Amino acid sequence: MKPTDIGAPDYFHKVVDCQWACPAHTPVPEYIRLIAQGRYSDAYMVNWQSNVFPGILGRTCDRPCEPACRRGRVEDEPAAASNAASSVSSASKEPVAICRLKRVAADYKDDITSRLPKPPAKKNGKRIALIGAGPASLAVARDLAPNGYHVTVFDEVAKAGGMIRTQIPRFRLPEEVIDEEVGYILGLGIEFRHQRIESLKAILEMKGDDAYDAIFVGTGAPRGRDLDVPGRKEASKHIHLGIDWLSSVSFGHVTKIAKRVIVLGGGNTAMDCCRTSRRLGGDDVKVIVRSGFEEMKASPWEKEDAIHEGIPILNFLVPKAFLHANGKLTGMSFDKVKAEYDAKGRRNLVPTGEPEQVFECDEVLIAVGQENSFPWIERDCGIEFDKWAMPKVDEKTMQSSVPKVFFGGDAAFGPKNIIWAVAHGHEAAISIDKFCNGEDVANRPPPMVNMMSQKMGIHEWSYDNQISTDNRFKVPWRDTQITLKNIKIEVEMGFDPLTGFKEAQRCLNCDVQTVFTRDLCIECDACVDICPMDSITFAANGEEKELRGRLTAPADNLTQDIYVSPELKTMRVMVKDEDVCLHCGLCAERCPTGAWDMQKSLIQMTYAGPSCRDKHSPVKKAA
Amino acid sequence: MTYLLKPKLHHPTLPANRLGYTRRDYEGKISTLCAGCGHDSISAAIIQACWELAIEPHKVAKLSGIGCSSKTPDYFLGNSHGFNTVHGRMPSVLTGANLANRELLYLGVSGDGDSASIGFGQFAHSIRRGVNMVYVVENNGVYGLTKGQFSATADKGSKSKRGVLNSEESIDMVMVALQLGATFVARSFSGDKAQLVPLIRAAIEHKGSAFLDVISPCVAFNNHEGSTRSYDYVREHNEAVNRIDFIKTRDAITTDYAPGTVQDVPQHDGSVLRLRKVDAGYDASNRVTAMNYLQQRAQQGEIVTGLLYVNADSEDLHHHLNTVDIPLNQLNSKDLCPGLAVLEKVNAAMR
Repeated sequence: MKPTDIGAPDYFHKVVDCQWACPAHTPVPEYIRLIAQGRYSDAYMVNWQSNVFPGILGRTCDRPCEPACRRGRVEDEPAAASNAASSVSSASKEPVAICRLKRVAADYKDDITSRLPKPPAKKNGKRIALIGAGPASLAVARDLAPNGYHVTVFDEVAKAGGMIRTQIPRFRLPEEVIDEEVGYILGLGIEFRHQRIESLKAILEMKGDDAYDAIFVGTGAPRGRDLDVPGRKEASKHIHLGIDWLSSVSFGHVTKIAKRVIVLGGGNTAMDCCRTSRRLGGDDVKVIVRSGFEEMKASPWEKEDAIHEGIPILNFLVPKAFLHANGKLTGMSFDKVKAEYDAKGRRNLVPTGEPEQVFECDEVLIAVGQENSFPWIERDCGIEFDKWAMPKVDEKTMQSSVPKVFFGGDAAFGPKNIIWAVAHGHEAAISIDKFCNGEDVANRPPPMVNMMSQKMGIHEWSYDNQISTDNRFKVPWRDTQITLKNIKIEVEMGFDPLTGFKEAQRCLNCDVQTVFTRDLCIECDACVDICPMDSITFAANGEEKELRGRLTAPADNLTQDIYVSPELKTMRVMVKDEDVCLHCGLCAERCPTGAWDMQKSLIQMTYAGPSCRDKHSPVKKAA
Repeated sequence: MTYLLKPKLHHPTLPANRLGYTRRDYEGKISTLCAGCGHDSISAAIIQACWELAIEPHKVAKLSGIGCSSKTPDYFLGNSHGFNTVHGRMPSVLTGANLANRELLYLGVSGDGDSASIGFGQFAHSIRRGVNMVYVVENNGVYGLTKGQFSATADKGSKSKRGVLNSEESIDMVMVALQLGATFVARSFSGDKAQLVPLIRAAIEHKGSAFLDVISPCVAFNNHEGSTRSYDYVREHNEAVNRIDFIKTRDAITTDYAPGTVQDVPQHDGSVLRLRKVDAGYDASNRVTAMNYLQQRAQQGEIVTGLLYVNADSEDLHHHLNTVDIPLNQLNSKDLCPGLAVLEKVNAAMR
């Protein structure tokens, strides 16, 4: 293998699994360390810069970072009978509670308003229209406004926030949190207009002072998919589309539901629907899904929350008909199915042949998916659509076939989640900034990578390298006796500062990298001997596949790189498997020559503004 | 050295041996030696060898004297018996322990000061008595704990860290052991675990006095230009005469060798020690030729490593003394006092 180029910006970024997995690439270990130090405001600002909504995401994020977390790979399985004699610790494999730590930062921070950017004194004369006031648009607004853009956000709802405000129930996300974080953005001198946009053409054709230099579409996936089975029309008074019903609840238009409720669908919206129903009078609420329980789209923790509130989830049932009498819904019938996989591994749901199952109910909520809808974009205004009626959008630049129109969030590529919307927003903001400066939007700025040695003394590092053996801490729930009575009472109570500290200590500091200097190494093997995870090997070089097999411990996880040094004096190379490295720094502590160093790789994405442009504004010389 | 404990977490695929123990279960406390000390590598090699042999930790006794090397038994086999004796007296205490309980594996760990100076006599007698043990000398040619004076094994003409030349003759522990009748003599290098681990395994399996001289660079006081015990010098002058490829007959023979390149040495328990010869002319079963060979190579400044001598028909101290098979410490008064009737019989025979 060729020596690893650790100078490539992605190499160490990939080692920081959480940051690499996060669509917005939030520097997770960096803010977790700040939380451990009690520097909540600093931790909050690291988040705010990267993901814009720390308090909101700290409660609602889909957390792609957590399945990626290295901690989930290095903890021990519960002691199995086969190695009962072994004295090593027996924890379970669980990632760091990254998402809930984000909330810790938001909960315990001081007033951070003085740290937010100020609305610029001088505008740059460019006008940007953002359609929809959801997370994608607000992220664009946050990135552009401080750079002097005149940003106007349009939304048909009177308050900004989009689906964050209309679809997420209050018992998961209190309104004050939304008001606070949306307020930070609107406070940057952004114009918010409560106005439904009826025509993209009209905006594109605006002239003179009213014209917009760029338009961003962040209208989400606002239409709930319906279920066309017999009885749908006849019983329609008692059948509702999940997301519409949730927003009616959110605005207080709906305050009650019947006693017996069936929720159809297996996604997070279905989970929100069933839990909301429990709080509005539904005593007998059940979720019924087509797929198996395991394959449900809902996040595991949301399923857990629903089950905790006494909501059964019945699986492998395909809706057959709505049963009704005298215009009144009486129940639903289902066919039982089972999953079969064809040669290509595709799943088919085939009937089991058992008799249909009937469940009585008074109301049904349909949460079987969301769709995009662009009735206000004229098909002759230049925006190209594909065969699924989705706009053609460049995945990197977020630009549509009309150069000045950009898309982001669910409006761009269909339903995803808030953190993806934020990531799209950052990218679109960069594109808009470059576009308005006459630059090629395809030429994207690299991230900033800063390597800093953490060495303070012989055995002192500026990070805490002792590995905590605590298991993952559970976020306490408020008693269901209280939460089921009031829809506005938040269920999760968040970590207290001490638990937050302990959970933060579980983080392995994967951004503190093991950096190897060939010329200093005397091949004494000290690092090989001390490494608790057997990650380091000195061996003859070879092809990657073969080399991975003959390391101190086999490097079988091909998604993780191996770090190969140039050839050493003995003609061998140093090979380090990044997969399960604890970043404990013992290799560097044991190294007599400093050939190993622990260096923090701070990877920060580049945002809209002068730094993202090809031609940086001239550097001001010191006087 | 480090202040942190080694985290208990381990690689997900870390294998367990026949007893269900992982290699980590054979570790000891965290080392307090200097970072990069060769001794720590030897500790790691002992851990590896004991894990591979699936040795029950409670059936091992680690004994040592005084010095950096003698501190190391604290850093491996944390669940075994240990005895840290006064300076140079490890071989005598080991001999006594061995006589009392012949069932344990005796690991004597010592250094060049402990064995070649203050304990030289003790070392000599334990070897010549054929005590069943593994005697490891962690040989760095320097007094590390007192900041770098030459030890008795430092080569004549080698230079100390402060630039002083050694004017005294050195003691070659391997030559002494051969002469005193050790039945297993090997030399290795702490920086070559591929050679060292099988040697330790073979020494553990050997019945009789097994002597291992392990060159172990002192990273703080003897790893400089002019030293003959530095990592670089040893790597440049290391002449391996053979490699142990497998030890037990139960291990599958996976490689074919050209005739004359392999030496099979039968062991007391019926297993076979297979040596792959690097130097085709070297015969590890002949003590006299081995001693001549070592002298010649030493004159040329080479450090010969490998299994230098092994006696397939070795005997140990218990054999010489004709002791019972039951460990002496398990004999009770019933075994030791056969009763009045027998005494009468013995007395009668004397009359």
